[in-house]
Amino acid sequence: MATTLFDKVWDSHVVRQVEDGPDVFFIDRHFIHEVTSPVAFIGLESRGNSVVYPARTFAVADHNTPTINQHLPVEDPLSANQLDTLGKNAEKYGISHWGLGDVNNGIVHVVGPENGITLPGATIVCGDSHTSTHGAFGAIAFGIGTSEVEMVLSTQCIMQSKPKAMRINVNGKLGLGVTPKDVALYIIAKQTTSGATGYFVEYAGDVFEDMSMEGRMTVCNLSIEMGARGGMIAPDSKTFEYLKGRAQTPKGADWDKAMKYWETLYTEEGAEFDEEFNYEASEIEPMITYGTNPGMGMGVTKSIPTAESLEGGVDTYKKSLGYMSFNEGDSMVGKEIDFVFLGSCTNGRIEDFRAFCSIVEGRQKAENVTAWLVPGSHKVVDQIKAEGLDTIITDAGFVLREPGCSACLAMNDDKIPSGKLSVSTSNRNFEGRQGPGSRTLLASPLVAAASAVEGVVTDPRTLLTA
Amino acid sequence: MAYDKFQVLTSTAYPLPTENVDTDQIIPARFLKATERVDFDINFFRDWRYNSDGTPKADFPLNKEIYAGSKILVGGRNFGSGSSREHAAWSVYDFGLRCVISSAFADIFKNNCLNVGVLPVQVSPAFADTLFAAIMADPKTAIKVDLPNQTVTLVATGESESFEINTYKKENMLNGFDDIDYLKNMEDEISAFAETRPF
Repeated sequence: MATTLFDKVWDSHVVRQVEDGPDVFFIDRHFIHEVTSPVAFIGLESRGNSVVYPARTFAVADHNTPTINQHLPVEDPLSANQLDTLGKNAEKYGISHWGLGDVNNGIVHVVGPENGITLPGATIVCGDSHTSTHGAFGAIAFGIGTSEVEMVLSTQCIMQSKPKAMRINVNGKLGLGVTPKDVALYIIAKQTTSGATGYFVEYAGDVFEDMSMEGRMTVCNLSIEMGARGGMIAPDSKTFEYLKGRAQTPKGADWDKAMKYWETLYTEEGAEFDEEFNYEASEIEPMITYGTNPGMGMGVTKSIPTAESLEGGVDTYKKSLGYMSFNEGDSMVGKEIDFVFLGSCTNGRIEDFRAFCSIVEGRQKAENVTAWLVPGSHKVVDQIKAEGLDTIITDAGFVLREPGCSACLAMNDDKIPSGKLSVSTSNRNFEGRQGPGSRTLLASPLVAAASAVEGVVTDPRTLLTA
Repeated sequence: MAYDKFQVLTSTAYPLPTENVDTDQIIPARFLKATERVDFDINFFRDWRYNSDGTPKADFPLNKEIYAGSKILVGGRNFGSGSSREHAAWSVYDFGLRCVISSAFADIFKNNCLNVGVLPVQVSPAFADTLFAAIMADPKTAIKVDLPNQTVTLVATGESESFEINTYKKENMLNGFDDIDYLKNMEDEISAFAETRPF
């Protein structure tokens, strides 16, 4: 029988199938960070367990780190304690640790691929829902809770029921100003914030084949925002080219052996999915969200739908628009904004900074806008400087900050003040996500850049030449 | 961390019909800085329960005296979406709740609940509406959640629906066991499997 990419990777990691229960699922790679791991170590120690395969776990500080003055002690004592706890736990159990200030530090979902830890056909988990990012390489990658972090530390397995399989095909060519972020926000708007709950998604078709690895990461990253456990894309020559020579990828004969396996990782002709959807690239515009979940998105030039045009959920819909201080039928273009955030595990990579710079080059940041430009890692910072993008950024009136999760979830000091409107390249527009009372519009780096220089929500196509 | 066994629970319930309640609402990120499981009950639904000056919002169901002490929360569709933070499930449990009923749950939140001793009970949209209507009509409405028989019942009228849970997770919940107990008992099998992994 023809099998799917998802089946191939999943089935090869099942240690045991529990009768009328979950699979005992083996984990190849485990990322931990300072927020969701401390209690797992407490649990581990209270049971008298140890870390069974420390070489399979990678500790990275990111959620709680400051994005200025990283060379100074962290001021917030609670944040400092979490960062310190991560380092101590890593040291105690022999786990590699890229803490604050380490040259390899950055957002866990940026540094994993960057350093070749993420591999095709691997299973990858982290106590973070955007672990789905790593699916861009043909890995099965998803977020877990702290109990499961403890399971992986102490047994290298978790107990998981196999999700159903969905394939989403997007064919055709993307238009001017339409980025991977827009493709993802378009799909999520179609699926709603819960449409793929219970599924693992494979993305296929021209658009993903043509997409760069970084673009694929952006798309897979956002899989969770339609409820999917994860998303994946079959590895191809772009994947292998990206990986070859990175610090932790297999080398020499091991690489050749790995390649033999990786080349088998695709969905066979005729394989069946529990659900399948087809979308056309030409239908996708630069996107923006207007509500309080990522499914509430639309083309940037469109108007906010009326409650009556939706199926059910009118009270929730009105509550959401009320929080945003928007009205049904409002146009988003032209709304005055206060903040712009470029960064996060969704859009904090070099291509995102190149896209942002393609618009702000030769222009000036609008006076009413406060902008936080936060690269996803130190390697991204280095690349920004190597390409001279830092000069473009500075000349246009922006400031480059230091790496971390930053205003995506506002655990550090990068909080959008109550009531302020932010155009953000991150992944969630939930109430208060970027700070209590903050209002978030999710968009691509191009929309963020165009809005940053105009001071209002702007269609980037008006500033781009074909 | 161990949790109390779950067998049969009869309780009044907090109604929260809002859909797509995400885990950032259940426990906002700024309260995730602890390195131990403490105070998550206090910050449970922090920004929906309290004004920015710290005073309680009187009309929020968790603040209404009439529901106080309930061990069940009936939530709107797609409850627990978003972040994987298990702190959300901890805050449910630590607030004193043992069961969340909804017509749909987000996957990670559901898993987290099962791992910490909160029973997620998925009912049909129609039965969820029945429960909300019953609570609105009488805030003291008692709901019986019977895990051995996998049923949820409105005590006053006898209206009932069965719910799904796999045998493995059900046994865990009935006995207060968790997955690590199971996994540690198959260490040799796991280490043999690990030997076969190419990377």
